[in-house]
Amino acid sequence: MSKRIELKSLDVYYSSFLAVQDVNMVIEPKAITAFIGPSGCGKSTLIRTLNRMHEVIPGARVEGQLLMDGEDVYGPDVDPVRVRRQVGMVFQRPNPFPTMSIKDNVLSGYKLNNSKMSKTEAEELTEKALVGANLWNEVKDRLDKPGSGLSGGQQQRLCIARAIAVEPDVILMDEPTSALDPISTAAIEDLAVELKEKFTVVIVTHNMQQASRISDMTAFFNIAGTGMPGKLIEYDKTEKIFSNPGQQQTEDYVSGRFG
Amino acid sequence: MATSQLQSTFQGTRDLPRWVSPLMLVGFFLTSFFLQSALASGADSVEINLVPVAVFGLLGYAVTLYVLSRIVEGVRKATDRLVTTLVSTAFALALIPLISLAYTVVTNGVARFDMEFFTFSMRNVVGEGGGALHAIVGTLEITGIATLISVPVGILAAIYLIEYGRGTIARLVTFFVDVMTGVPSIVAGLFAYALFVIFFGPGVRMGLGGAIALSVLMIPVVIRATEEMLKIVPNELREAAYALGVPKWLTVLKVVLPTALAGIATGVMIAIARVIGETAPLLLIAGFTASMNYNPFDERMMTLPVFVYTSYANQGVDMQAYVDRAWAGALTLMIIVMVLNLVARLISKYFSPKG
Ligand SMILES: Nc1ncnc2c1ncn2[C@@H]1O[C@H](COP(=O)(O)OP(=O)(O)OP(=O)(O)O)[C@@H](O)[C@H]1O
Ligand SMILES: [Mg+2]
Repeated sequence: MSKRIELKSLDVYYSSFLAVQDVNMVIEPKAITAFIGPSGCGKSTLIRTLNRMHEVIPGARVEGQLLMDGEDVYGPDVDPVRVRRQVGMVFQRPNPFPTMSIKDNVLSGYKLNNSKMSKTEAEELTEKALVGANLWNEVKDRLDKPGSGLSGGQQQRLCIARAIAVEPDVILMDEPTSALDPISTAAIEDLAVELKEKFTVVIVTHNMQQASRISDMTAFFNIAGTGMPGKLIEYDKTEKIFSNPGQQQTEDYVSGRFG
Repeated sequence: MATSQLQSTFQGTRDLPRWVSPLMLVGFFLTSFFLQSALASGADSVEINLVPVAVFGLLGYAVTLYVLSRIVEGVRKATDRLVTTLVSTAFALALIPLISLAYTVVTNGVARFDMEFFTFSMRNVVGEGGGALHAIVGTLEITGIATLISVPVGILAAIYLIEYGRGTIARLVTFFVDVMTGVPSIVAGLFAYALFVIFFGPGVRMGLGGAIALSVLMIPVVIRATEEMLKIVPNELREAAYALGVPKWLTVLKVVLPTALAGIATGVMIAIARVIGETAPLLLIAGFTASMNYNPFDERMMTLPVFVYTSYANQGVDMQAYVDRAWAGALTLMIIVMVLNLVARLISKYFSPKG
C-alpha cells in the first residue's frame, strides 16, 4: 500500500515560533519526494509533521490540513499512534534499540506493541524485512547478537528494516545517509529506489546529487533570514528543479551559489 | 632559531628507566624510617611515629624525582611525574580511613563471628554466648519491606517526573523530593511512630513501622537515582519507538525502563545500603528486644544496627562479651552491604545494554 499525502496551507509552530509557513503540496504515492533547502529552513520540522512526531515536542503544534488519501491526519478523533503505524520513519542518526538483538530490533514494531506472532511467522517476517533492507546476507548468522554491534551503515539499514517490517504506507527519511560513508550511502539510495515500488517515500537531504539521483519530485524550501519561517519555494519534477527551475532562489541553491 | 627551539622542546629528552621511580620511593621511605629511628633512639623513646616517616619520605621522593626528571626528561615529563605523585598521594590519603575502618571492624568482629552468633538470639543470655539471629532476621525483613514499598513508589514517581510531569505538579513533586532527601532519619522515625500511634495507640512498637520509616528515607534516593538514569536514556530511542506507532506508556515500559534498568538497579542497591545501617528511627519505632520475632506486624523487632548500639550501650557484667557481639554485628552488617553491592554489580552487568 502506498498513500497520497496532501498538505493544505500547513503552518508548523514551536510554541509561538512559526517554523514553517503555508506549505501547499501533494506528495505522490509510489515515488520518492526529496526535501532540499538550506539548514534551518524547516525540512526536519515539516517531515516530522507527516507522522505527527512533531507534537512529541512540548508546545509544538500544527495548523492547516494534512490529508492522507483524503483522510485528515490531524482530525479531532485521529489517534497519532495509529498514524505512526502507517507512516514509518528513519532518523538521521541510526538508533537501533540497544537492549534488543538484531532480530528483536526488526520485530520491535510488533514486540513493543505486544502483538503476538508465531515463531515461524516471526522468522519469515525478520527475513523479509532484512532482505528488503539489503541487510539479510550480512546479519543472517548473527540475528541474536545486539543491534548496536553493527556498523553505522548496517545500523541504519537495520532501522529501515525495522520501519518496513510493520508494513507502513509511507516511509519518511530525515537525512538517512548524512552519517554514513559513500558505500553505505549508495546501499541506502538503492534501497530507497526499491522501496518506492511499494511505499510513498519522502527523503530530506543536503546532498544535491542524492536528490537528483533518486528522487522523482523535489521540494525546495528556503528561509528569508534567522527567526523567519521557512517556506516552500518550488515543488516540481526533479529534472525540472535541477535543470530548469522556475525560481531564481532555486536556481541559486541547486547550482551551489548559496546555502 | 625557532626551529631549533621547537626541536629541543619536542625531542632530545631521554626517559628515566622504569625502575627508578619505585626504587626511589622505597629508598626514601626506608631512609626516612632509619633517620627517624636514629633520632628516636637519641631521645630514648622506643616508639617511632609513622606519620613523619611517611611525610618526609614522600617529600624527599617527590622533590628528588622532580629534579631528576627535569634534568633528564625535561619540563613536561617532570611536571607529569609531580602531578602523578600528588594525585596518588591524595588517593592513598582517601583510602586510609576506609582501610583502617575495614581492618578495625574485621579484627574486632571475628572474635564472635561464629555459628552461635548466626543461630541464636539473645533470649536469656546475660554473659557470654548468644547471637544476633533475631537482629539479622529483623534487619532483612524490615529492609526488605522498606524496599518493597520504596522501589515501586520511587520508580513510578521518577517516571512521572521525567516522562510525563509538566508544570506545577511536577515542580511541586520535585520540591518535595528535595525536601525529603534532607529529612533527618530520626524525624522519619518520629513520623512513622506518630503515624502508627493513630492506628494502634501510644507506645506501639512494630517492625512494619521501622519499614515505613526507612521507606521515607529510601524513596527520595530511589527517585533521584532513577531520574538520573531515565534522563540519560537518549531521546532518539523514545522517538524511534513512537515512530513505530508504539504508545507512550509502552515506550516507557519496554524501551526506556529496560535501557535504564542496570543503573536503576544500582541506584536501588545504594538506597538499600544507605538505610540498612539506620539506627535512630528503628530504635524509636521497631524498638529492641532480645527475642526472636519473625512477625513484622506485631511487637518489637530487633535489627542489626540497634543490636550493635544496645550491645555497646548496655554492657552487662561480662563487658567483653557485649563488645565482641557489637563488633560481630557491625561486621555482619558490612558483609550484608557488600553482598548487596555485588548483587548490584551482577545485575547491572547482566542487564546493561550490550554491544
Ligand atoms: N525543538 C525545537 N524547538 C524550537 N525550535 C526548533 C526546534 N527544532 C527546530 N527548531 C527551529 O525550527 C527551525 C527549523 O528547524 P529544522 O530542524 O526543521 O531545520 P532543517 O531544515 O531540518 O535544518 P537542517 O538541514 O540543519 O537539519 C529552526 O529555526 C530551528 O531553530
Ligand atoms: Mg534537519
